[in-house]
Amino acid sequence: MSATAVHSLWTTAAGADPISKIPTPKIEYGQLSPTLIILGAALIGVLVEAFVPRKSRYYAQVFVSVVALCAAFAAVVALAADGYGTTKAHIAAMGAIAVDGPSLFLQGVILLSGLVGLFTFAERRLDPEAHGNRVDSFAAQGASVPGSDSEKAAVKAGFTTTEVFPLLLFAVSGMLVFPSANDLLTLFVALEVFSLPLYLLCALARRKRLLSQEAAVKYFLLGAFASAFTLFGIALLYGYAGSMSYATIAQVVDGSITNINPALADTMGNDALLLIGGAMIVMGLLFKVGAVPFHMWTPDVYQGAPTPVTGFMAAATKVAAFGALLRLLYVVLPGLRWDWRPVMWGVAIITMLGGAIVAITQTDIKRLLAYSSIAHAGFILAGVIATTRDGVSSVLFYLGAYSFVTIGAFAVVTLVRDAGGEATHLSKWAGLGRRSPLVAAVFAVFLLSFAGIPLTAGFAGKFAVFKAAAAGGAAPLVVVGVLSSAIAAFFYIRVIVLMFFSEPRPDGPTVAVPSPLTMATIGVAVAATLVLGVAPQYFLDLANQAGVFVR
Amino acid sequence: MENLIALLVAAPLLGAVVLLCGGRRLDAVGHWIGTLLSSASFVIGVVLFTDLLGKNAEHRTLMQHLWTWVPVEGFQADVTFRLDQLSMTFVLLITGVGSLIHLYSVGYMEHDERRRRFFGYLNLFLAAMLILVLADNYLLLYVGWEGVGLASYLLIGFWQHKPSAATAAKKAFLVNRVGDMGLSIAIMLMFTTFGTFAFGPVLSHVGDASEGKLTGIALMLLLAACGKSAQVPLQSWLGDAMEGPTPVSALIHAATMVTAGVYLIVRSGAIFNAAPDAQLVVTVVGAVTLLFGAIVGCAKDDIKKALAGSTMSQIGYMVLAAGLGPIGYVFAIMHLVTHGFFKAGLFLGAGSVMHGMNDEVDMRKYGGLRKYMPVTFITFGLGYLAIIGFPGLSGFFSKDKIIEAAFAKGGTEGWILGGAALLGAAITAFYMTRVMLMTFFGEKRWQPDENGHEPHPHESPRTMTIPMIVLAFGSVFAGGIFGIGDRFLHWLEPVTGHEEGNSPVSALTVTLATMVVLVIGVAIAWAQYGRRPVPAVAPRGSLLTRAARRDLLQDDFNHVVLVRGGEHLTRSLVYVDHTLVDGVVNGTAASMGGLSGRLRKLQNGYARSYAVSMFGGAAILVAATLLMRAV
Repeated sequence: MSATAVHSLWTTAAGADPISKIPTPKIEYGQLSPTLIILGAALIGVLVEAFVPRKSRYYAQVFVSVVALCAAFAAVVALAADGYGTTKAHIAAMGAIAVDGPSLFLQGVILLSGLVGLFTFAERRLDPEAHGNRVDSFAAQGASVPGSDSEKAAVKAGFTTTEVFPLLLFAVSGMLVFPSANDLLTLFVALEVFSLPLYLLCALARRKRLLSQEAAVKYFLLGAFASAFTLFGIALLYGYAGSMSYATIAQVVDGSITNINPALADTMGNDALLLIGGAMIVMGLLFKVGAVPFHMWTPDVYQGAPTPVTGFMAAATKVAAFGALLRLLYVVLPGLRWDWRPVMWGVAIITMLGGAIVAITQTDIKRLLAYSSIAHAGFILAGVIATTRDGVSSVLFYLGAYSFVTIGAFAVVTLVRDAGGEATHLSKWAGLGRRSPLVAAVFAVFLLSFAGIPLTAGFAGKFAVFKAAAAGGAAPLVVVGVLSSAIAAFFYIRVIVLMFFSEPRPDGPTVAVPSPLTMATIGVAVAATLVLGVAPQYFLDLANQAGVFVR
Repeated sequence: MENLIALLVAAPLLGAVVLLCGGRRLDAVGHWIGTLLSSASFVIGVVLFTDLLGKNAEHRTLMQHLWTWVPVEGFQADVTFRLDQLSMTFVLLITGVGSLIHLYSVGYMEHDERRRRFFGYLNLFLAAMLILVLADNYLLLYVGWEGVGLASYLLIGFWQHKPSAATAAKKAFLVNRVGDMGLSIAIMLMFTTFGTFAFGPVLSHVGDASEGKLTGIALMLLLAACGKSAQVPLQSWLGDAMEGPTPVSALIHAATMVTAGVYLIVRSGAIFNAAPDAQLVVTVVGAVTLLFGAIVGCAKDDIKKALAGSTMSQIGYMVLAAGLGPIGYVFAIMHLVTHGFFKAGLFLGAGSVMHGMNDEVDMRKYGGLRKYMPVTFITFGLGYLAIIGFPGLSGFFSKDKIIEAAFAKGGTEGWILGGAALLGAAITAFYMTRVMLMTFFGEKRWQPDENGHEPHPHESPRTMTIPMIVLAFGSVFAGGIFGIGDRFLHWLEPVTGHEEGNSPVSALTVTLATMVVLVIGVAIAWAQYGRRPVPAVAPRGSLLTRAARRDLLQDDFNHVVLVRGGEHLTRSLVYVDHTLVDGVVNGTAASMGGLSGRLRKLQNGYARSYAVSMFGGAAILVAATLLMRAV
């Protein structure tokens, strides 16, 4: 495409239509309210940082965030009850945002994960008080160099990084848009909106700050790298279809497009652009979900980030990214499914096996859970590949089940502590079941759910995706999935054996008594794990109703 | 109305959760919470019962579908409750007797610091037992079946600081596993045969399956029943289970849980009816057990173990009746209910005696207690008269019907089974009279213990005597209420079916014969234990007595055959395992571990190599996508 062509296009358009004729964008504020509420609250959070005295900031921030998340969730429920998930599903905000079943379901899951994740952010009873001030998991002052005098001064002054709350809300707002984005630009903006706050949050650990900062830098560098791929893919797809809109690209792919953009006439329909562009966007999304071979940031970042952030990130990012991936593959590229399915088969297989196998030799509980999350990404990909309505609904259900279990598991990790903060080395967990049977039992429930043992949410989810995958003609994938589940069961059960059947170490960690906040998180997670495992029917139905994308 | 059914289960389940998770702050009120919720369940049961009574016989089945656990084509696992006449009977028995025993435990466990937990377990038991009898399919029944097994395990071993209690709990658990295996195999067979395990479809399609398959299913169900109901050959755990607190023995190991096997057989009546060979085995098991338990009961000096032998024997009667098919189903359940009253009453009486005697269980150290504990004496005495079948009391109506039904089986079998049942009645009269005489009559035989504490027998507190009195009423009148005018028969017949059979002897003859053997049994016991003083140390006794004291060598048999045999089998399996299986397994595990270790090295911590891997991955992804188009 020549520069003049673009220029003439631009100038003629402006010349033909005077300014007065630019239509006012039609924004359905009501239908976008979940995102708008969160964004508004995040801005209020920034103002709180600026104007509220330091002493009361924590309370103000927690209050604003909880209210916003609850209100946004209520808005999602109201929209769903109003039929926006099924009969009234449509595309809002001038084609930028899809309001449909999968969007609303995933937004609901993200908001709930955000809420229970927020409780662990706000926890201030686990670390011993520093100079008479209660402290949370975050650095006293993010800008101070680890180990420096200014850090000590900040700790002594009782500073806390209350900015984490608006950062969390910004991340949540991006995640809400990500799975419902209906054009490529909105997709990219949402990706950056939720990624940037997460990079920052990763760097803010109170203990082991160097590890935390290293994790953040790695995450940022690799995230930027992946974003570049995504952006390049978006450019190629635009070149192919002459449009950013999902619907138009889909029409071009299946050849039903009627009006062809003259400026792009020579490149439109060039399949190489489509295939390369599509693959690159998919790669960016696979990076976010942590699929092999784009997974290598996961263990380092999960280990280094403050554990509440890890829990939130592991759950909510995965939900948002899989939502976007589903929409991309099911709405934009269904016409291309004979091209992407075999490739995704391969990715799913190496992700399932890779995650499960490498997890065997891990010695750090957070890294173990990171590899477990990689394996789970593989299981979910198996559901994605089904390309049926059941595939969508099973993935939705799995994401809901998985996010609660994950947040709960990481919340338990924050409780097991020794003098150096959280005791994440597995050898320190030996005999935990004898010292703190309740905590160990709760963690065992989460592990059993990860392993997919019946009567837990993990079983119901795994059953749903494998069933969908088998019905969608991916039976060999299911076999690999079951095999890697067996491999994965080994290291989950090993932790249980370690906790209950080993002698406690004399220098072993203590289990901190958390405030009601973390208790609420863990309680909700256990309840969700058991309810979704014992009586999944209602939620399966819900996911099934929500399983249709609007085009 | 059917929406109330789930509440039956929910109330005690809530109690279990609250009491077990509530922590120490509930210690002061926990027992009342447990009793209240169990009584609430009973009240709901009564409401449902009056509702059922108001309906016609054919409309007396209420269903409540709660949710579907796994909805897959061809595999429907529903959580559905069915309340019909049979489950209603059990609901009233379980919640009624259960509530009384909760009340009794308030007094009995007063000095136990883990009383809250005890009530939590009791509530858990009630919930599981109600799931068992209310389930509308075998899978949900299995949930309840395992649930009561768990509760039983926890309660037998409740005083886990005593090694004997811990061992007894383990033994009960292990023996029950054998039975549970039978139930799970039966369910699997059912699924492969009928494609479902819901009661309705399975029991109405029995005709479609071959007799061989049905016999297999029926025998596996029988194995399950033997485990849970302590029938030969899986009877060995019940005597040891008496290590649990006495209210547990009364509720779980006398009145309710151990009768679950009878429930299972009666519920699956259609399967057994179509498998006559299996039915024959059932009757044999029942007849053997009723004699076995009775003989063991004659030799025990431990009051609870004597009663445990008796329980085994009485359940033997029920299993015998259930094995007779439609002739006996109703009477099996009728005896089950009346037995629930009088045996629970007897156990509570025994508990009351122990309570007053510093937890002494050896009857040779009792004697003359009627003067010290009049209420216990009277209620225990009424239970005693009921169990031996004294005319007019509960046991008379229900046991007599079973003996009649056994004769009505006809042919040689009928004579043998009827004869065994009659003989059992005589032995029952003997051992129960023995218990009665040794405990309440004669001279006092107790001595100060090694610390010089002499027991001061006294009547138990009100919370304990009231349940005993209520149960004594049941022991006296239940049989008459059920038996006269065949009320119970008409109530239950729509579910279980009924036939008269063709007895070679008239009902009157059987009744008279029963009376005669009753008198003989009582007379022998009187001659041995009433006329002359009971020696404080057990005499050596005959070979049979000595064998009976050792539970007819059941443990020795198990040890020689099962334990030794098992050890040999295990050793050879271990050999195969070590050489063959471990080779493969360890090889796989080692190769996975090695692979894991190698792959792990890729994760070297450098962002640059991560980026290279991503770049390579992206290149492969793009190339593969292009390649797919090319091929």
